[in-house]
Amino acid sequence: MNFLTYLINGISLGSVYAIIALGYTMVYGIAKMLNFAHGDVIMIGCYAVFLAMSRSGLSPLPSVALAVIACTLLGITIEKIAYKPLRRATPLAVLITAIGVSYFLQNMALLLFGADTKSFGSVVNVPALKLAGGALTISGTTIVTVAACVVIMVGLSLFVKRTKAGQAMLAVSEDKDAAQLMGVNVNATISLTFAIGSGLAAVAGVLFCSAYPTLTPYTGSMPGIKAFTAAVFGGIGSIPGALVGGILLGVIEILGRAYISSQLSDAIVFAVLILVLLVKPTGLLGKQIHEKV
Amino acid sequence: MGWNMKKKTKDQFITIGIVAALYVAVELLIKTGHMSSLMQGLLVPMCTYSLVAIGLNLCVGYLGELSIGHAGFMCVGAFAGAFCTKVLQGTIENGILLFVLALLAGILTAALFGFLIGVPVLRLRGDYLAIVTLAFGEIIKNIINVLYIAKDQNGWHFAISDAKSMSLAEDSVWLINGAKGIAKVPRLSSFTAGVILIIVALLAVYHLVNSRSGRAIMAIRDNRIAAESVGINITKYKLMAFTISAAIAGAGGVLYAHNLSTVTANPTNFGYNMSIMILVFVVLGGIGSFRGSIIAAAVLTLLPEMLRGLSDYRMLIYSVVLILMMLFNWAPKCIVWRQKLAARFQKKTTKEAV
Repeated sequence: MNFLTYLINGISLGSVYAIIALGYTMVYGIAKMLNFAHGDVIMIGCYAVFLAMSRSGLSPLPSVALAVIACTLLGITIEKIAYKPLRRATPLAVLITAIGVSYFLQNMALLLFGADTKSFGSVVNVPALKLAGGALTISGTTIVTVAACVVIMVGLSLFVKRTKAGQAMLAVSEDKDAAQLMGVNVNATISLTFAIGSGLAAVAGVLFCSAYPTLTPYTGSMPGIKAFTAAVFGGIGSIPGALVGGILLGVIEILGRAYISSQLSDAIVFAVLILVLLVKPTGLLGKQIHEKV
Repeated sequence: MGWNMKKKTKDQFITIGIVAALYVAVELLIKTGHMSSLMQGLLVPMCTYSLVAIGLNLCVGYLGELSIGHAGFMCVGAFAGAFCTKVLQGTIENGILLFVLALLAGILTAALFGFLIGVPVLRLRGDYLAIVTLAFGEIIKNIINVLYIAKDQNGWHFAISDAKSMSLAEDSVWLINGAKGIAKVPRLSSFTAGVILIIVALLAVYHLVNSRSGRAIMAIRDNRIAAESVGINITKYKLMAFTISAAIAGAGGVLYAHNLSTVTANPTNFGYNMSIMILVFVVLGGIGSFRGSIIAAAVLTLLPEMLRGLSDYRMLIYSVVLILMMLFNWAPKCIVWRQKLAARFQKKTTKEAV
């Protein structure tokens, strides 16, 4: 039963990673850049919910909606100001800028909200599920997290496959210039990608903080990096890959923490990243792209 | 070619001259009592940051790969150096010899880690490489935090994550005590030692980048496939640059460790933030310019102390500077604008000359 509990916790954490990983994987697929600041958008989303609930006394659902809107706007703004002017610059410059943005958000939050840890009450109001005569309990947060992850995955897959905007995203990720020639508005598509990714980051942040209820300006960076690991693990640019990678990584982390060492759980997760990149750099579900001269 | 070589040598001498002049100026200020003890306390960290920035600049500017794990190499150097000092403390009395041995230990260990990490990592490129160096930095910190080494009458004791299993005798001495790190490290670092290290590091990196190997490294940076097709051994030169870069960061770590009484691997000293801070020095000083790195490290370490009121905003300002520098230097629109400005300026000067 213990193992099952760990497994369920792992899947719950993994679902959060999967939602965050979606943001990375979509942006990487389309803008070909690692949005380092994604993890910090999560943190901003958490603060938005925290403030909406504790200061303005809003109920959970409107607060989350507010956070999603705030993060979406933030994502679009970041893209417009920092990344768009560097669209054709060297990858090194874009990466350093992204690190700068990440750092900016962290320190901005530090100044605005203070360095003290805020305890984040769970926004989930679903009763726990007791199975096998009470031996196995699945918390409400876990149920909502996994359900949210599934809904988002299915919704996003349908969006990409069925809608015109989704097809435009696919086209831009395939070949930016060709898509432009075919009449796709590349800039608008990239903005849309950032908007969706950042909106999802807010949802992921709320779910993460409901499970691990401490909020500091640095809350987002670790899950952010781990979710990037998940995206790479599953194959960057692939939506199902984000789901597979996220869940596997969550399970590995929780099992590693339980059976190997709690202090080394981060090291284990990063070791997975390195192993994956060495053995199969394209990830589990990624496409192999050959470099041409 | 001859003129070109001369220019490079001149460049090198100017940089070393600036360091030496700064050293003399600071020593004069201290001797005449014009430097507060607070500022004096910052001199060794300033040298540390300069050293690590030189190392990182070699990696970013000449190898063309971004590492955000250099704090990890610094951490390895710091712990290896401090460990060496603690072990040899009883046998060797001479402080300078002890420090030199610690330096050797730190540099070699950091170089070894750089090499071992470089072998797999340098197969990757760009963003992947950056994130993996970050991951390595975190792993190193994580592992050091669960490492326990102690010595007692029965010999050495060693454990990972479980200190209680070691069953130590009463006279035991902790060498590395997990998250508590290495305690009571003798204070062997000094500003003079730091400046000597910086000059040695400068001589080494200038020699490297002006050599055949250095040209090979830059060729790989500019076009990997073209470099490979003219017969340059990509792996060898990449590893060479990365290992040397890690070794210099390790030297910085040793200097840093022997300036503190207790060395711990926590997020504030060897974490992601340290790597970013060093990156800011490199970017602000100019990617590829060692002189710039040193000046940026020196100014940005000393300046916030002079303007204490700004200390809350320091990190925020760093991040804004990082973004603006990148936009200004690399955004195509900015490049065009700069060229226009330069052209107009040139026209003016030529007119005046006529």
